[in-house]
Amino acid sequence: MSSAQQQTPVSTAGPITDITSLRSDFPILDQMVHGKPLVYLDSAASAQQPQAVIDAMVAHEQHDHANIHRGVHELSHRSTDAFEAARERVRAFINARNCNEIIFTRGTTESINLVAATLGRTQLEPGDEVLITHMEHHSNIVPWQLICAQTGAKLVPAPITGRGEVDADAFAQLLNERTKIVAIAHVSNALGTINPVKEMTAQARAANAVVLIDGAQATPHLKVDVRDLDCDFYAFSGHKMYGPTGVGVLYGKEALLDSMPPYQGGGEMILTVTFDKSTYAELPHKFEAGTPNITGVIGLGAAIDYLAGIDLDARCRYETELLSYATEALRTLPDMRIVGEAEQKSGVISFLLGKIHAHDLGTILDRDGIAVRTGHHCAMPVMDRYGIPATARASFGLYNNHDDVDRLIAGLRRALELFS
Amino acid sequence: MSDLTDLYREVILDHNRQPRNFGELDDADRVIEGVNPLCGDRMTLYIKLDDGRVDDVRFTGTGCAISVASSSLMTERVKGTTVDESLALFKQVHRMLTEQTDENECTELGKLAALSGVREYPSRIKCASLAWHALRTALTSDDEAISTE
Repeated sequence: MSSAQQQTPVSTAGPITDITSLRSDFPILDQMVHGKPLVYLDSAASAQQPQAVIDAMVAHEQHDHANIHRGVHELSHRSTDAFEAARERVRAFINARNCNEIIFTRGTTESINLVAATLGRTQLEPGDEVLITHMEHHSNIVPWQLICAQTGAKLVPAPITGRGEVDADAFAQLLNERTKIVAIAHVSNALGTINPVKEMTAQARAANAVVLIDGAQATPHLKVDVRDLDCDFYAFSGHKMYGPTGVGVLYGKEALLDSMPPYQGGGEMILTVTFDKSTYAELPHKFEAGTPNITGVIGLGAAIDYLAGIDLDARCRYETELLSYATEALRTLPDMRIVGEAEQKSGVISFLLGKIHAHDLGTILDRDGIAVRTGHHCAMPVMDRYGIPATARASFGLYNNHDDVDRLIAGLRRALELFS
Repeated sequence: MSDLTDLYREVILDHNRQPRNFGELDDADRVIEGVNPLCGDRMTLYIKLDDGRVDDVRFTGTGCAISVASSSLMTERVKGTTVDESLALFKQVHRMLTEQTDENECTELGKLAALSGVREYPSRIKCASLAWHALRTALTSDDEAISTE
């Protein structure tokens, strides 16, 4: 029996509803940092992995490791089965129609670059427009900028409001017959805003634009149904959703993927090769040149299994409550400025404390064992929009709790004292 | 384990609160922009030279306490020194920030020794060295922007 089959959880009790019980699934959290128990508030940068994900990858490396889709030997069969089983898990996770629509990449960044370099390069013409928003991560700005420079198309950012929401009227007005591609974040990594991507997709598709959604910050927290969203592409990463780094997914509608030229050339993605001409493999392999991150894909499959074992409503309720607890607690501090106060937010709080630079806050909190992100969060235009050089950002995973927030507040009070 | 007060010494906090030589210098001979892309620290260094000496030096920009204090302390120290003395000072400070230096060497640096706590905080060394890299670039080349990356 392959370890791919062994990974499948045998659930008899139904999904877990007690979210507080999950923290102990994450071995890394049980450690001291600078003499204090670790408080990990940087899940938006990279979420930690539960033991089940680590075990799945170790088991694969110890028992099944081989290259996939190549060998006739037993280990290669096992590896291939486990790899393709993970693809099916991803398909089910986002409700894609079939596995041909699931392309494994190195991460969200590569997924977006893939679309820009294939569909963007062949479809964009001078005068065409690529519409994004002012709150995008650099990975949903720069690939389009590069392709616009090559094709003569124009990159157009839709403005955001002071609260950190996309200006809906402006977005609607910016959509026009020249708009060929609309690329938007589902959830903003710098502001936490949950964008109304279903409505935005409908508007964009009505304008005949192709729609790509950057879902890196959404898949760890929200139910994602690509058929319901009706987007053309959806990109996300393994390590934001309790899986390993170095693996991501590009979902694309099959007809579109079929019509696009390959991204990279190499092994795996070909059918036949002569020096005159090569023919390409069928989907999804056409876009998976070279030996992929097999172990990472298996880890991502295990992360999806892990999330599937938890009641989604209970998880959302828990995360929403924790976000509002943290927001209220931060507001009790003097000179606290929260950047990003959208109506619909996910587990991210960007903030400034008095005149203390975010980088100093990061160091002071680190000495208290508290990990937060500081800087521009790969979203320099967002910082420019609010006229600030950087923020500190606390972001939450399903393992965080009120104690973590209380420790954060105590650490920030310490920073205020030090800089008073 | 080093204590936070070893990094944020009173001298550092003071120079962060009230940076010396802060502002533009209209008749500067050299204007250098320094950027630390990791944390968004950004400083512009203005230097006026006179007969091989740093006649006047000022800076503007935004940054963390370490970067602002280091810029402030640097300008205070190099004003009036020769170009060669300033470059020798760069080497000494760089050594203090990145290597284990002994008590004597730190004492020689006087007030600048307040920056030595940074050594125990690898992610902050670039904050402290930004102004000094800008100084060296200003005195040795005509490049207009430097980066700690």
